[in-house]
Amino acid sequence: MTAASEALLRADAAGRRRAGLGAALRWLLLFAGGLAMVAPLAYMLATSLKYPFEVFNLNLVPEEPTLDNYREVLLDRRFGWWFFNSFLVASLTTVSNLFWDALVGYTLAKFRFRFRQVVFVAVLSTLMIPTEMLVIPWYLMSQQFGWLNSYWGIMFPGLMTAFGVFLMRQFFQTVPDDFLEAARIDGLNEFLIWWRVAMPLVRPALAALAIFVFLGNWTAFIWPLIVTNDQTMYTLPVGLTTFSVEQSVQWEMIMTGAAVSVLPTLVVFLVFQRFIIRGVVMAGLKG
Amino acid sequence: MTRRPALTVRQKQVAWAWGFLAVPVAFYVVIRFYPTAQAFVLAFLDWNLLGSRSWAGLGNFARLWADPTFWKVFRNTFVYLLIGTPVSLLLAFTVAFHLDRVRFMHGTIRALYFLPFMTSAVAMAWVWRWFYQPVPIGLFNNALASFGIPQLRFLNSTTNALPAILAPAIWAGLGFQIIIFMAGLRAIPKSFLEAARIDGLSGWATLTRITLPLMKPTIVFLVVFTSIGFLRIFDHVFNMTTADPGGPLNASKPLVLMIYQTAFSSYDMGYAAAQTVVLFVVLLAVSLAQLWLMRDRP
Repeated sequence: MTAASEALLRADAAGRRRAGLGAALRWLLLFAGGLAMVAPLAYMLATSLKYPFEVFNLNLVPEEPTLDNYREVLLDRRFGWWFFNSFLVASLTTVSNLFWDALVGYTLAKFRFRFRQVVFVAVLSTLMIPTEMLVIPWYLMSQQFGWLNSYWGIMFPGLMTAFGVFLMRQFFQTVPDDFLEAARIDGLNEFLIWWRVAMPLVRPALAALAIFVFLGNWTAFIWPLIVTNDQTMYTLPVGLTTFSVEQSVQWEMIMTGAAVSVLPTLVVFLVFQRFIIRGVVMAGLKG
Repeated sequence: MTRRPALTVRQKQVAWAWGFLAVPVAFYVVIRFYPTAQAFVLAFLDWNLLGSRSWAGLGNFARLWADPTFWKVFRNTFVYLLIGTPVSLLLAFTVAFHLDRVRFMHGTIRALYFLPFMTSAVAMAWVWRWFYQPVPIGLFNNALASFGIPQLRFLNSTTNALPAILAPAIWAGLGFQIIIFMAGLRAIPKSFLEAARIDGLSGWATLTRITLPLMKPTIVFLVVFTSIGFLRIFDHVFNMTTADPGGPLNASKPLVLMIYQTAFSSYDMGYAAAQTVVLFVVLLAVSLAQLWLMRDRP
């Protein structure tokens, strides 16, 4: 070993010690930042467990924890409806998107026919039109056909999305034609080839799409706000706005309402963390 | 003998394809294209939902041009965009860059940053609204008071309301941007960074000359996606200023909120549609400008 290389090794060791200190500092700052990120959630939960007298206290652990606020929120029957409405609407919309976006994506990826490119570009072009531009025509349409205050009225704009079509098309393009050809020789019709052969091969993409569509509809605000005015038809976000305005300065109740509306998705995330992050990355990068 | 088979297989395929597309094509025509056309037509009508309908020509646009509220709102919308996008992407990239090098409790820290993305804007807008209340209610002012610092006015101040509403909007989006940035960082071949290290490139030079250029597709995607989000901000503003939406004195009002009020509080459908056309043009222009600025130059 030459002197030069020994010197290099020594410098490396010193560098590593310095790097060790830097790494510790990096970790601490990142962790502190992470705690700051969840602080609003922590304060929301802490306050939802407090009596009014303790609300203005900065402590995160209530001195006298109580479930009274939750009892009151859950006894307010409207929360039950809002929860049910949001769940129903988000679930049905998700199922619809999984079926139709995948079917259109598959057709555009695997069939050869005239105007295929036209259909694809036409579907994609809808991405350029903001929802806010369409809410006025959608409202007029809903009024005309009696869709106001109905589940169909809340759902119809989102039953298919160009984003989903694009995502699914990307993934179906990676499915080898041989698989489909083999199924064709086995005598399966085209629908069954799609449903039984192609669909199982793109399960990760379907999961990613499901996460996005469900979360998007669970938290959707502006359209449900416009299309419903009967409180029993509100979705959770619209209901929460109404509830919070009524509560006015009773912040512990408002925090409880907020907690009830975000806890389900937070719990689902904590359980399926890796899976959800992978799905979000997949949809984000390919979509 | 028939010589159909070869042809019918192909024809059958075409028939299946259009069979699959029939319902979706109908959906896109009725729920997307027709309403889009209708929105453009409405923008040229003078139509209060409760009254009569008449052709207005460019009247709605002339009215917008002369409306000081519109210019205020237009300015606000761009303030949301021009502060929100760079601040959130810089924060997200900084976190992603460092988190990428951390192994210890990597998953836990990532989860902490990502959790806010799983919440709803409405719920969190109310939590932040509480934080911003004056003493003795609001968390921030209570914290300031405990250090003996005079209290700040947030949501009821014409200068502070907009940044105060922007903060939770940035906060909520960071988690998504961080994990997308991290995926982009992962995609950079290790050999590139290794080569830079052997060549003695400093950390900063490696970042600006190798990492960032290689991450261009990720950056373009996030810039466009994030910008569109800020240009369409609504949920946070509406919920944090319910007593006087977009207030005080329109200080925090974005375009989408103005559209909502014009259409569904005043029922002035033609005027609101003209505003949506402006929103459409702004979104299109901003997206195209960004794609053009960040295009691959030879």
